[in-house]
This record gives sequence, structure tokens and C-alpha cells, in this order.
Amino acid sequence: MSIKKSALYATATAATLALTLSACGTTTSGSASGGGHNADATVNIGSLYEPQNLDNTAGGGQGVTEALNGNVYEGLFRLTDGGKVEPLLAQSHQVSPDGLTYTFTLRDNVTFHSGKKLTSQDVKYSLEKVIAEDSQSARKSNLEVIKTIATPDPRTVAVTLAQKSISFVYNLSYVWIINAEAKDLKTSEDGTGPYQLGKWTRGSALSLNRFAEYWGDAATNKQVVFRYFKDATALNNALLTNAVDVVTSEQSPDALDQFKNNPSYKVNEGNSTTKLLLAFNDKVKPFTDVKVRQAVSAAIDDKKLLESVWGGHGKLIGSMVPPTDPWYEDLTHIDAYDTERAKTLLTEAGYPKGFSFTLDTPNYDPHPTAATFIKSQLAKVGVTVKINTITPDEWYTKVYKNRGFEATLQEHVNDRDLVWYGNPDFYWGYNDPQVTQWVKEAEQSSTAAEQTELLKKVNRKTAQDAASDWLYLYPQIVVANSKLSGYPLNGLNSQFYAYDIKKG
Amino acid sequence: MARYLLRRFAFLLVSLALASVVLFVLLRMLPGDPANALTSVGASKEQIAAARESIGSDRPLPEQFVHWIGQLLRGDLGNSFISSLPVQPEVVARLRVTVPLTLAAFVLAVLIAVPAGFLAAYRRRTWYGALLSGVSQLGIAIPVFWLGMILIAVFALNARWLPAGSFPPDGWAQPGEAIRSLVLPVVTIALVMSASLIRYVRSATLDVLDSDYLRTARALGSSFGAAMWRHGLRNASVPVISILGIELASTLLGAVVVESVFALPGLGSMLATGISQHDYPVIQGVLFVSTLAVLLIGFAADLVQRIIDPRLRTGLSGGIR
Repeated sequence: MSIKKSALYATATAATLALTLSACGTTTSGSASGGGHNADATVNIGSLYEPQNLDNTAGGGQGVTEALNGNVYEGLFRLTDGGKVEPLLAQSHQVSPDGLTYTFTLRDNVTFHSGKKLTSQDVKYSLEKVIAEDSQSARKSNLEVIKTIATPDPRTVAVTLAQKSISFVYNLSYVWIINAEAKDLKTSEDGTGPYQLGKWTRGSALSLNRFAEYWGDAATNKQVVFRYFKDATALNNALLTNAVDVVTSEQSPDALDQFKNNPSYKVNEGNSTTKLLLAFNDKVKPFTDVKVRQAVSAAIDDKKLLESVWGGHGKLIGSMVPPTDPWYEDLTHIDAYDTERAKTLLTEAGYPKGFSFTLDTPNYDPHPTAATFIKSQLAKVGVTVKINTITPDEWYTKVYKNRGFEATLQEHVNDRDLVWYGNPDFYWGYNDPQVTQWVKEAEQSSTAAEQTELLKKVNRKTAQDAASDWLYLYPQIVVANSKLSGYPLNGLNSQFYAYDIKKG
Repeated sequence: MARYLLRRFAFLLVSLALASVVLFVLLRMLPGDPANALTSVGASKEQIAAARESIGSDRPLPEQFVHWIGQLLRGDLGNSFISSLPVQPEVVARLRVTVPLTLAAFVLAVLIAVPAGFLAAYRRRTWYGALLSGVSQLGIAIPVFWLGMILIAVFALNARWLPAGSFPPDGWAQPGEAIRSLVLPVVTIALVMSASLIRYVRSATLDVLDSDYLRTARALGSSFGAAMWRHGLRNASVPVISILGIELASTLLGAVVVESVFALPGLGSMLATGISQHDYPVIQGVLFVSTLAVLLIGFAADLVQRIIDPRLRTGLSGGIR
């Protein structure tokens, strides 16, 4: 695997595909000392994702979420590593009977790193910052449902929505609460989290120091330093020489062996939310025919592909939904690998001798490998694949914006992104009015159970329609020095809570 | 000499102006749109247009160019499209890694190459003279990233004598750590650089050894050492110095590979990131500063040659350079 290239493009893709998610916070866990760890330790965290700047509404990118989310900035709610939403700066909240007004009571005695006390004005400011005209936040469109924000007293915020939105509280876990008076947020910060920013050396490192006045339990280490690498090999070397204690997301399966059989290191496999997709253009022949899509899906042995790309790490998925989404169901049996069935379906669709199509393939790993694999698999059922290798930039323009493609490979990183199948204008052109309706109804549900039930229907329908072919779910591999404990394993949406990390 | 300096300075300015035009135009001919990186999936046409407006890429090219040159004249390299942070302080910060790296590698390469090249010529008929030539031939064929990886494997991963890469987060505030992290990259560049330098020193020395003036000096009773010192070195150094200038310049530009292998936050890695993101102000800023450095190095090499070789001063060579 060409490691360097993929590392270079990681940043570009990160921005392009809008992994840029906002944030939330902390609480719980380890008081200082006890349990044999060093409460004054510095933990070095190795990462490939350096922030572009420190403002998550101004193009800070995936790296800023990883370093600052929950560590430096906190939200009203936080998304735990297990995918649950918990109250954080909001002590409690109430929803009006019509489901339109959310009233939040803020936790008392929370101060910003600058020393100012948290008030409802700061919450209003922070929400408005995400939906502002010039905001580049990926959550902007989700929060545009906000109609008014009232602040009747310093500890109360009342948000009225234009229409019901069951995901509202979940979406709030991405909104950083920022001091309304803070300046220069691109290079400095003023949050309420357990750490305050030490120093950011662009191109190299970002350090966070334990905040003495933190309202909750103090961080179990004195300092964390995020150290940035462009090259996965360089990052692994840093781990091998103890320059870093933990790698947030291992990108090179070949590197795992040197850690697996070494008692000094621990290799942890968690759940990611990143799916590798063979996305058909459902508006272009022959992919307008559901049988063709099913045939192609059935003709590809996903298990073998995952084995060759990730050495068996990762998971097979039968739809857009990863196990950490509440509406997950194992649908891998739908269009499971079966070449005989694929041939039958092709004959039924009027292509007994197969057909040929162009596969637009981003030029960084694992796409070229996957494309070659798909080509050889489909050849067995008579389908000819022409691989067209393109840059992330071309992908964005040609495929995403202009829809000038037949089929493409792409990784989709966000959680809860099944709902894109409810948008007939999305790049893959899947258009099923029933699905669109279900997605809309799901968002306006009164209960999470109702929402889950509707999205499960969407899940099954899109899987049966083979709206896309979901090849596999990426593994989320955290490799750490065995002296370290308390680090997050799933790293959902690139967040990496550092405040529970203990160094022995 | 004063006229020469003036003319040389004018040449420098003209080159820089031409380079900036070429740089600017070439970048704009690349496919891709920096606004893509600023907008997220689901962005509307209006949002993309707003992104273009915010970075000024919607304006006509000549206007963008004039704007850029205007900034340059004020010593401002503009703001990154992606981070919207100013480019100039970051370039300065990264020069603190790239300049020491390049200069130390250069000095080490010269320290290796000059005696080795001389020996390879003077003792060309002995086994170690031949070995030196052979090794330098081999050295030219070695890719710099491969050598870097070998050195990391031996001295960092196995022996644990030196770090495998990356620069201390506090930079030169920890001078010992900073120097330790530069040792392997410096050696990597120096070894590759000295391989080609040895060949130049060797051939320049061979020319001198076979020259009439050296033979004359020895016939007049000078010892080999004295003749070499008075006449030989000076003559041999003139072609070598122009090569040194080229080597130094290419090392500066080629640092990108070494910086990537060793995870150093230098100018090269800044350029690599800028290119992957279509961040024109970053690419332009880095390339402009590098161009300036290369031109200055060429200028310095010329000047040193003139000081060493009186023939270049008297106008015998026509003063074209």
C-alpha cells in the first residue's frame, strides 16, 4: 500500500468529504493518583490528522475534532465512545409537548479557561456560530431547523425549532460551547474542557495541559501532546521508539504484526463508522435496474476483499448502517456472495452476456486495490470493468457535483449517514419516494424508538434495492504502549477523549 | 566588481519576477478547485460560490496576480485558503527546521566529499581509490528515502541511539533534542549528496593533476604538496564551487522527501500538504521563498568563484554570467 500517498490525501479527503464534525465533552472517571499510574504524566498521542486551524466552524478539519473535542471544548451533550448521548454542560432538559421547544438548564459553576463563568449567552452564541452564513461546520444543515434561541436567565436556554427533529439532542453533541467574548479562535481557544491549549506548533505538535479549575473530575494525566505525522510508517516508528504512546487510528495493516506479538504494545480493534462503498449511479443505465445492482453486489466476494486489504480486520456490512448506529441490523445475507445468482439476475435483466462500465476510482488506498479486485470478480460473471483512476479533487467535481459517472468507489466516514438515501438529489441518485418519506418521518418522530423503527425500514429497503454495494466497514485500530490505559477504542467521528488516559 | 554586483542584483530581481509569474500561472493551470476543500458534502452552489468569494478565487486572474504581488512587496505571503491563517509566519517557523537541516547536511557532505574525492583521484590506481570511486557511483543510485529508512531501522529502531523522526514539540527550545532529531536526516542527505560531489571533486582533481602548470611547478622544485596548495586546489575548486551551489539548492528543494521520511515540520512537508489541498497561497509562498533562496545561492557561488579565480574578474570570460 502506498502509505505516503494515502497519508497526503488523508487531509484532502477529510476536508472534501466533510468528516468535519463538531464536538462535545467529558465527565466521569479517574481521580488523580491511585491504581499505579502517574498523575503527572505527559501522554504523547500520534496522529495523521493535524488540524488546519483550531476552529471547527472555520475549516479546522478532522484533526481539530480529534484533539479539541471533549478535551478542550465541551457541548451541552456528549457522544460517548460507545455511541450514546449523555448530558454534559446541560444538567437537564425538557421538550415541549409539540416537540418543538427544548429547554436546557445549564450546569452551575462551569468556567471557561479564561476564567469567565458559563452563561446561557455563551450557548446562544455557540449555536449561532454553527449556523452562521460563513460557517463551514458539517452540522450546519442539521441545525438549520433552529428557529429561535431564547435566554430567559443565565442558566436557561430555550431553543424553538421550525419542525420536529428527533436528532436535535444528538446533533448538539457536536456543538462546542465557546465563550461568546473569545477572540482568535483559529489559533487559540476558550472552552470549558478538562484541558486548556498549551502550544500549537504547526506541522508538528499540539499540547494540552490539565485545567486546574475544571468543573468535573480532573484529567488523569497532566499533559497530552498530539504529535502529527504525514506518513504512517513514520508514525509507527515513533511508537516503536516510544516517541508516542498511542496511535489514534492505525492505517497500515502491514504494520500491525510488529506490535501484535510484542508484549510492550496492545493492539485494540474497535468499531469504526467508515464504510467502503461501490456506489452506483442509480440514474444511469444499466444501474437503473435493481437486478443489475443486485447482480453486481452478489458477484463480489466482500469477505475476500476485506481479507486482502485489511488482513481480516474490519467487518462485513450489508447496508449503510454500522453496528454503533441505533438502527443497525445485520443484513449481510442480502445479496451475499453468489456468482450463480448473479448470472441469473443478469440474464433476467437482459444482460446474459454481461455488460461493461467505467468505475471512477479515487487514487489513494484502498480504492485502487478494491477496484482491481472488483474488476477480476465481475469478469467471472461477464461484466467488464474499466478502471478510471481520479484524484480526490476530480472525484468531488466529476462524481459528487456533476454526477458524470456510472459507478464509483468512495469511503463514507460519518455515523448515522443512512439518511442520505432519503435525498433523491444526492450524488448516487437513489430515488425511492417511500424511503424519502420514511427518512422525513423518522426525523420528526416523537420518540427514539419510533425513529429507530422507521430507519430500520429504510435500512432494509435500501439493502433490498441494492441502492449501493456496501463492501465493508473499516476497522478502527488503536495501538498503544501497554503501560497506557483508558484511551477510547471506537474513536467515533474522529473524536479522541484523552482525559481518562492513564500512564503507568 | 561594483558594476558586476549591480548587474547581478538586477538579474536576480528579473529572475524573481519571472519566476513569480510562472509560478502563479502554472498553479492556476492545475485541475481542481480549492473551494472544494472549503465546502462540505451537501454544499449548495451558493455555498461553493461563497467559498470562492471568500478566498478571492472568483476574481479574474490578472487581478489575483496583482493582489498577490502587492502583498509580496509588503513582505506578506497572504493567508492559506484552507486554514485562513497567514502563510508567512509558518514559512519562517519551518525554515528553522529546513535551513539547519540543509546547511548541516551540506557542510557534512563537503567534509566527506573533498578529501574522499581528492584521494579517489590522487590514489586512483590503489584499491581504496578505486573503492571510493565505486562507492560514490553506487551512492548516486541510492534513493534518499530508502537510505533514510535503512538508517532509521539500524540506528533508531534497533540500536535506539537516535529518534526515528519528528521534531521536539518545543522546537529549538530543547536544543539537545532538536539536534538529536536532525542527526539521521542530516546524515541521510549528506551521504547522498557527497556521493555525487565525490565524482566532481575527483574529476576536477584529475584535471589539475594532469595539468601543465602543476608539472611546471614541480619541475621548478616545488614539492607536490606545496604545488597542490598554491595552484592545484584553487584551480580545482572553481568548477566544484558551481556544483556545490547547485547541490545546495537542490537539497533545499529536495528536502521534502527526507522531511516526510523523518516527520520533520519543514518547508518541504508544508509544500506537500499545500499541494494536496490546492492551497495556492501556501504553495506560492513556499516556492517563492525557495526560488529566492536558490537564486541567492547561485549568486553566492558566482561571487566566490570570482574571488578565487582572477580570470573571471578581468572580463576575459566576457562577463556574461
